[in-house]
Parts: sequence; C-alpha cells; structure tokens
Amino acid sequence: MTNQGLYVLYRKELADHFRSKRFIIILLIVAVTCLASVYSAGLGIRDAVEDEQNSFVFLKLFTASGGTLPSFATFISFLGPLVGLALGFDAINGERNRGTLSRLMAQPIHRDAIINAKFLAGCTVLAIMLLTLSLAVAGFGIILIGIPPTLEELARIILYLLLTLVYMALWLAISQLFSLLFRQTATSALAGIALWLFFVVFMDLIAGLIANALFPVGENSLPAEVLRNYKVKQNIGRLSPTLLYDEAAVTILNPGVRTLGLVLTSQLEGAIAGALPLGQSLLLVWPHVTGIIAATMLCFAIAYVYFMRQEIRA
Amino acid sequence: MEDTKVIIKTERLTKRYGNFTAVDDLNLEVKEGEIFGLLGPNGAGKTTTILMLLGLTEPTSGKAWVGGFDSTRNPIEVKRIVSYLPDNVGFYEDMTGRENLRFTARLNGIAEAGIENQIDSLAKKVGLGEAIDKKCGTYSRGMRQRLGIADVLIKDPKVVVLDEPTLGIDPKGIEEILAIIQELARKDGRTVLISSHLLHQMEKICDRVGIFVKGKLLACGPINTLGQQVAGDEGQLLEVRVEPDTPEVKELMEKLPGVKEIKYDRGLYTVRVKQDIRRELVKALLDNNYSLLHLRMRSGDLDDIYRRYFAKEEVIG
Repeated sequence: MTNQGLYVLYRKELADHFRSKRFIIILLIVAVTCLASVYSAGLGIRDAVEDEQNSFVFLKLFTASGGTLPSFATFISFLGPLVGLALGFDAINGERNRGTLSRLMAQPIHRDAIINAKFLAGCTVLAIMLLTLSLAVAGFGIILIGIPPTLEELARIILYLLLTLVYMALWLAISQLFSLLFRQTATSALAGIALWLFFVVFMDLIAGLIANALFPVGENSLPAEVLRNYKVKQNIGRLSPTLLYDEAAVTILNPGVRTLGLVLTSQLEGAIAGALPLGQSLLLVWPHVTGIIAATMLCFAIAYVYFMRQEIRA
Repeated sequence: MEDTKVIIKTERLTKRYGNFTAVDDLNLEVKEGEIFGLLGPNGAGKTTTILMLLGLTEPTSGKAWVGGFDSTRNPIEVKRIVSYLPDNVGFYEDMTGRENLRFTARLNGIAEAGIENQIDSLAKKVGLGEAIDKKCGTYSRGMRQRLGIADVLIKDPKVVVLDEPTLGIDPKGIEEILAIIQELARKDGRTVLISSHLLHQMEKICDRVGIFVKGKLLACGPINTLGQQVAGDEGQLLEVRVEPDTPEVKELMEKLPGVKEIKYDRGLYTVRVKQDIRRELVKALLDNNYSLLHLRMRSGDLDDIYRRYFAKEEVIG
C-alpha cells in the first residue's frame, strides 16, 4: 500500500514528462546538436583513420571536435545540466501554484513518496534520454567510420554514461531544491540557470583570481611558484561539480590522459608512452566520481528534509 | 444525540506560527453522521485546524483524533477514512477530469476493475456528466468544485472535510452543491465538516456549527441556540417602529423594565434590553394608543452573530 503510492506517483510523473512539450523540445535540442557534432567528428576521423596507428578510434567519436563543432562530450557537459534543470525546476512549486499539492498530500500516501517519485521519474527520463542518444550516436558512428567499438571502449562508454547520468541527476536535485525554496516557477528556473552559469563560466575566473592573489606569478617566477599557483587554482575550481565532471569524463573517454594537472619533465622521466588501462583511468578520477555522487546525494537530501518540514500553507 | 459516536475530537489543540497563534486551545467534538460547520472570518484558523486534523501540519500542542486514530502519529490511517477538499482546489490541467479521478483512485489503492464505473456514477452524481472527459484546463470554477467533490468521494470516505466549498460559485451552483453536501450526510451517512465564512449558506445545511474567531471557538451548537450563547451580558436588541412617531414614545419605552439603551434613526427605534420584553412593550404602546408597525428581535439571529463577530473582524482585517 505504501509503496503503491510511490509507484502510482512515479508512473504519473513519467507520463507527465513524456507528454510535455518541454521534454520534446529538450530532446530535440540535445539530439540535433549531438548528432551534428558526431557527424563532423566522424568526417574528420575517417580521413585520419588510415595513418593513425593509435587505437581507441571509436572513442574519438565522442571526444574529437571536427573543426567547426565542439565534441559530443563537450556538448553533453554543456547541455546536461540544462536538461536536469529543465526537468525539475517546477517540481514542487508548480504543484503548489496549481493547488494540487494539498490535494495530493491529503491522500493516504507517505509525504516523502511525492518528492521521491519526482526524483526517480526525473532520473528515469534522464537515463532513457541518455541511453537512446548514445545508442543513436554509436550506431551513427559505426556507419560513418566503419569500425565497431572494442570491449574496453564499450566499457569506457558505459562508465561515461553512468557518470553523466549522476551529473545530470545532480542538476535535477538542485532544481528540485530550488522549486522548494522559491514560490514562483520562473524564479526557480532562473536561479538554476544562474548557478549553472556561475559554475560553467565564472568559477574558473574566480579560482584564477584567488590563486593569483595568494601566490602571484610573474615572468620571472620560479617553477615552484607557478606550480603552486596552478595547484591552488585547480583545487578551488574543483569545488565546482562542472570541473569535476569534465575532468572525470575526459579521463574516462580518453585513455591518453595520464594525469590531471601540470607535470614536470623530471616526473615523466622513464615513463613509457602509451594509453592507460581502464582500471588506472578509473583510479585517477575516483575522487571526482565520489565527489559528484556525494554532491548529488547531498542536494537531494537537503531537498528531502526541507520538503518534509515545509508547512503546506504559506 | 448522546449515544452517537464522536468521530472527530480535538483536545486543547494549539498551533503557533512564531508569535502568531493560529489556533488557540481548541476543544471540539463532531459526531458521526452530522454536518458540522466551522464558521469564522477569513484568517480565523479554520484551515489550520483542518490541516491538523488531517495530520498535514503538526500541532504546537494538544491532540486531534479522527475515527480513533491520532492525526499526528498516524496520519495515513486518518487520511484513509477522511477526504479533504482544499479551498481553491487544483487539478492537473492537461489531464481530463476522468484521468484526475483515476489518479486519485489509484493513490487510494482502489481496484482497477471498479474505477471506471465509479467515476461514471460520481460524474453523474455531482452533475458533471459528459464534461468528465474534457481537459481540466477548460473547466469553470463551478465545474472544478464539482470535480473536487467527486474527487473527495472516490475513496468512499467516512468523513468529508470541505474547505470553503461554495466560494466563487454562482447562486444556482451554490444551491446544487449544498444539496449534494446534504445528501452526503443524510443519504450516505457520512460525517461532513465544512469550513466557511458564509454564515447564511451554512445555516441551511449544518446540524451544528462552531463560531471560530482568532483561533478560538466562541460558541458551538445548533444555530438557533447560538444567539443566546454569543449574546452574553450585552443583552438583546429590539427594532420598533410606531405611529404616531412622537418623542414621547422614547420616554414611554425608557420606563419599561430591563431597557438599557434606546437609539433612534429615521423612525426606527433600536432598543437594547436585558431580557425579552416584547409582551410588555406591546402592551404599553397599545395602552397609550400607539399602533405598532414593526417589532423584531434582532439579537440571537444570524445577522446579529455575523455583525458582531464576522463583519467587525473583516473590517479590521
């Protein structure tokens, strides 16, 4: 009985998403941009495949930018948060404004079923969207370059998709939290976009400013100073889930990435040039992955507690 | 009335928001099968009381029970037997009335097989008819309220709680909705709790009412007994119009026992008296060769209650 409430709500939320014009618009935007980027990347790869002895050609579909358009991974990193925000910004305040929230709560269901169902349904929509899109991209890519993915490439793509799902779920949780904090749906949507812009554009700027203030570097600075400045900047930047995701995504999709950050020539002495195995790539971004998962859980937990305590009336 | 069961009960129920006391030490009992009206001006704490009864808001202190279940401890059991129609009820606009009702039915765990038939019979009962298959976005205020009542009834509740059910509806619609509400109690044997600030409408259908002002229950009982309860030591008011209308009339009335105060305005005397002196008044007037044109006891009727408690409050805000 209690789980039934959750199930009924979940089904309704899913149906709502799929029937909404909003979902169709988002899907179209993401699908068109991603397919276009893969197409342009594929054209570039086709010419390079012969002389390129390097393996992991298939992964290049996702990471290579074909001159005019950014890569698939860049687009997803850019649009993913927007999709998450779009699915959740009116989750609770929309119901409240329509007067359906109090009617819903008067039914014999647990209060948390409402917010749980909304989050789960949002995640399901994101997962379906992501899976469809990447299958389309993969199929499209195989036709374009004529090379099927190897097992490791497949594993890397699946891990990349899971990471992206968690990242988008983070933005879904953020937008649901905003839908609780703000009465107006327009306000919560704007707040979400503002936060997204902050992380995408300004975080890097601010990190640079702070690092330069703490450890100024000039033309005559010692390498140690430059290194320290860079490390501070990077670590401040990593407070942003956007940077965490970008670093993790690029490491998973590109086996050629051996380290995140500056490396001294002396450190590379004796190193054998070559790709990292999957396990080593994962090890490199494990803190990033945990960080993103923790942030997602934290955002949802805050929204959950807030929802459980919020008065129904203003 | 003694042997009927009490189905809703509150004990010293109190709700504070910061310094503001929305509901103050409320003791209330509603018996099974009766229509109870919670009457009071806007902001008196009616909705807050209802939300506490349903377990949707936690009381600051005190307790509430519905059907033997503690509203705070066991809200799910309470909500299984109580239906609530909020004021300004909303529906999912891009779904039809039928889809909205189906959703509520599923949330209540009603077997799929019976849902459609039940929706059809409810649509007929509340007078929605064919409109049940139209999108809720196209509904008028009156239709929404009808759908709301259908929504409330789909789980076959023991207790129906209606918050301002007639607000913003045209007079004909109000008549029909009041008739439906009456049927819920008289025919189906449900307990109905209505909150409203429209005294005259509640008078028609309620068995008992509670007058609720600033979070306090001032009077409680059948409407015809309320007058005496609220009148208190302020006494009662008589309206008198006589012919010929000479200044001596006032002197004559002042001599009568129990008269406290007389006001005069364009031929109409308003006399405040301690007790009912109509008999003495008529006799005195007739003995002095006046003819009585109009005599009415104003205290104790609804207008007086309204004037005293509601109208005053609403002016203040």
